[in-house]
Amino acid sequence: MTHFFNVFGIWLGAAFTFAIFSFLYKDNPFYKVAEQIFVGLSAGYWFIYTIFNILIPNLFLPLSTDFAANWIKLIPAFLGVLMLMRLVPNAEWMSRYPIALLIGTTSGLAFLRYLKSDVINQITATMINPFVGNNWVTVVGQILLVVGTITGVIYFYFSKKHEGAFGVSAKIGIYFLMVSFGAAFGYTAMARVSLLIGRLQFLLGDWLGIISP
Amino acid sequence: MAAKTLDRRWIFLFLFIGVALPLIFVIGLPIETTENVRAVYQMVEDTPAGSTVLISFDYDPASKPELHPMGRALLQHCFEKDLKVIITALWPMGVMMANDILDDLQPSYPNKVYGQDYVNMGFKAGGMVTIQAMGKHFKGIYTTDSNGTPVENIPMMKHIDNFENIAFVISLSAGAPGVKEWVQVAGDTYGRQVSSGVTGVSVSSVMPYVNEQKQLTGLLAGLKGAAEYEYLIGHPGTATSGMDAQSLAHLIIIIFIIIGNITYWRNKKKQKKEV
Repeated sequence: MTHFFNVFGIWLGAAFTFAIFSFLYKDNPFYKVAEQIFVGLSAGYWFIYTIFNILIPNLFLPLSTDFAANWIKLIPAFLGVLMLMRLVPNAEWMSRYPIALLIGTTSGLAFLRYLKSDVINQITATMINPFVGNNWVTVVGQILLVVGTITGVIYFYFSKKHEGAFGVSAKIGIYFLMVSFGAAFGYTAMARVSLLIGRLQFLLGDWLGIISP
Repeated sequence: MAAKTLDRRWIFLFLFIGVALPLIFVIGLPIETTENVRAVYQMVEDTPAGSTVLISFDYDPASKPELHPMGRALLQHCFEKDLKVIITALWPMGVMMANDILDDLQPSYPNKVYGQDYVNMGFKAGGMVTIQAMGKHFKGIYTTDSNGTPVENIPMMKHIDNFENIAFVISLSAGAPGVKEWVQVAGDTYGRQVSSGVTGVSVSSVMPYVNEQKQLTGLLAGLKGAAEYEYLIGHPGTATSGMDAQSLAHLIIIIFIIIGNITYWRNKKKQKKEV
């Protein structure tokens, strides 16, 4: 029986893969069915997963086994209920309190972390002597890093007109930005091709058995 | 006169064939390793046997083709170096991704015992806040493993109190929460060595963390990164077999970009002449 369901699952996977791929030719009912089933399944899966893997182990179980030690969990539970009030038109305003708390806490936590990791540490990482390195490739890379960072930031400085030496620096900054966009596009293309490879490995390996999975 | 255009479905067909053929008829193009992948490999190599490490599976099936081979290769490497692995996930489906790899690897590593050599602590919601709490009191966050076994009954977890007891953290990340949160909290706040494997789409936003400050120790970038790691540990897998297809697909894309540009300029020239 297990073997039957394994095979059935693989055939189902192959059928849905073709249904989704068929959109590349043109929009059609097979694609639409596959898309709707995917959306419905995802929503259902998330709903059940949230109950069994978040609410039960983090809230219901601790409260039912040792209430005295875990009563404090009632506060986030109450805030969660308030959040659901968004669904009740007359009581929608109640959901603003947990949202306000969530935004405030997240902003406070994220501000410190981002300031340290994405600002201070990133700036410190560019404060290097670019001419010190084991080989000329490293030195050139370091010079590009420093020049790219400074000119890139200059491009985003809008309180002074981009002309003269300042304009030239901003122009150089644009070229660095262009290179970074190109690199990002290249990586994105690579990622999309990787997904196609993954699907074809499934079709040719697991489904048809032409290649070893 | 209307500009000459190519039906995009031809491009899809060429790409489909270009990817399928090298998977069937393997070319075996050489794989060159890069500094970032070697840095991750070296980090695992340099960690003393018996140390406990943490691998976070922060992805779902949508990113499986890129991140699964990385997870597999990293676990193989850790097992071969006798490192004890704590598995966790900031994404719900990450738990299943990890279990899928563990089930696959079990026959190859029969001496590895669950609870002594590796443990799956399951999914934890909360992202940055959860990692922050891990740094203070690990067992406060993980009261049971993914099977429901109390953490006190798991031998390899007995001495784990916070990040001080963990040699390094690796996040296999497909987005948020993921590598950024691990860098910001486990790395920059608690000073743990953090490394990562990410999808190709995320590389350009994560790469700045690989810097002089060592916010990230190396980086596995997409399927290519996974293939390089498989090469370094000497266990070729699905990433290695996909590299021929990847290279050929890139070649096709480059050819189409060149053809597109030539056609664009020719059409522009024609239009100028007509005016």
